[in-house]
Amino acid sequence: MTTAPLTRRKAPVSLIAIFVTIVFLAAAPFWASRGTLNMLMEALAFLALAQMWNLLAGYTGLISVGQQAWVGLGGYLFFALAMFSGLPLLIALPVAALLSGLIAFPIGWIAFRLQGAYFAIGTWVIAEVFRLIAAQFSALGGGSGISLPIDVVKSLATSRGARDMVMYYIAFGLGIGSVVIVWLMLRSKWGLAFTAIRDSEPASESIGIRIRRVKFMVYVATAASTALTGGFIFLQKLRITPDAAFSVNEWSAFIIFIVVIGGIGSIEGPILGVILFFTLRSFAADWGSWYLITLGALAIGVMLVDRQGMWSILKSRGVPVLFKTTRWFEP
Amino acid sequence: MTQIVTLKGVSKSFGALTVTDAVDLAVESGEALGIIGPNGAGKSTLFNLIGGALQPSEGRIYWQDHDITDLPAAQRCRLGIGRSFQIPHPFVGMTVYENLLTAAIFGGDAQSAPQTCRRVLELTGLRPKANLQAGSLGLLERKRLEMARALATSPKVLLLDEIAGGLTEAECHALVATIRDIHASGMAVIWIEHVVHALLAVVERLVVIDRGALVAQGDPKAVMADPMVQQLYLGIDADDAA
Repeated sequence: MTTAPLTRRKAPVSLIAIFVTIVFLAAAPFWASRGTLNMLMEALAFLALAQMWNLLAGYTGLISVGQQAWVGLGGYLFFALAMFSGLPLLIALPVAALLSGLIAFPIGWIAFRLQGAYFAIGTWVIAEVFRLIAAQFSALGGGSGISLPIDVVKSLATSRGARDMVMYYIAFGLGIGSVVIVWLMLRSKWGLAFTAIRDSEPASESIGIRIRRVKFMVYVATAASTALTGGFIFLQKLRITPDAAFSVNEWSAFIIFIVVIGGIGSIEGPILGVILFFTLRSFAADWGSWYLITLGALAIGVMLVDRQGMWSILKSRGVPVLFKTTRWFEP
Repeated sequence: MTQIVTLKGVSKSFGALTVTDAVDLAVESGEALGIIGPNGAGKSTLFNLIGGALQPSEGRIYWQDHDITDLPAAQRCRLGIGRSFQIPHPFVGMTVYENLLTAAIFGGDAQSAPQTCRRVLELTGLRPKANLQAGSLGLLERKRLEMARALATSPKVLLLDEIAGGLTEAECHALVATIRDIHASGMAVIWIEHVVHALLAVVERLVVIDRGALVAQGDPKAVMADPMVQQLYLGIDADDAA
């Protein structure tokens, strides 16, 4: 029996699909309306958040329901740096992410005392503590939040069109960058470790993978990149409040929905999930509570068919893998 | 010969239940040691203690003359302890080759990982399955993969936990030949097995464990002839015990 997989020769098709999508998205400021562009920005930011949560939960099994801690911290640090440090906005954004990464070390050390469901609840509690702390800073508007001053906003670009353009390309970089970075990571030796940990922790330990160390590293890295996306999200919104910044609904529940329904533990899953989520939202957002009920019902429905989400359903029907990570043995 | 793994007074209790009871055991480097005992005697627990998946309640474990009792499993693997699991734990989302590659990179020498994997695939007969998803393998192949993955870490001592069950006579002969080859290459082998005739074809020393305690050890033939061991194994075919 030979075992050469059929999908091996289809690489060009998937590469072309990826390339076309990137060009299409890169050209968006030239074909999309302002409304569409805003929606794409939001979708790309959600894609970045979803890829990071997927890396954390789907690969290393760290089920965090507290990623809003990093979205909010990134947003607040970015606002603080933009308003008080005098750093250019495009520098303040990565600096806010780096600072968040530093803060993730002690926070992670605390969260890692807990395991499984306790870890999940712990991360949520930490995010709530962050929210309460954020509300204490009167320079940042306290509990009612603050808007980015107009002169600070104008430092990005003077015309609204140019600002939209700059912001769109940040979102583009975040969304596409998150996919590319996760892909490259999964193709490196760390990808083997992540997948091994996902599939069996005892076996991973037994072959020399220091899983706690790997998990901690992933926790800190995803915290920093989630904060980077958080900074951007509030740059786009131009206003931040503790409730919006540390919203468990927006930055954890929706992200978990996207990843779980799209396909946890794969690169394609979060992409599918984001497309589905924004398609649904575009025509169902004004249904009020029914919209959320529909989301929930849909998630349950997909789980009943395949717990690995829509990507797994598609894959079993012969859809070729887009992002190849397999290392083939060459006889 | 030098001692490679030594257990001194190792006990493990879960609440009131003692699963390992004051075990003293020394494994020589390059030795082939067999472990038998009734179901639930604590054989796999012993592997979990040596491999570092479990911490002993009492006693110390040594690698050569270093105390490794507090060392995590991953670091014990890097020292040279390779183990298989009785219930296979394949990395189902990877191919067979990637399972080995991961083990070779993290548990062995990353530079020579592809060559190591190639050698292990040949040795264990998994080469035709190299590019199959591990999740698609049947139970026997999963057991084979357990052994292969442990070998890919280039261990100095290999812990095998019940890998011969369910094999046909021919497959069992092939497995015995493979393990003999591994042993002949200088690797110490500790093998837990219910298929006693396969075990006796390989091991130089036999240890019997009952209710967590080491109740007999020594030359395999002498141990199997011991009336107490025969008592324990009453119900096993006399030919198997011979």
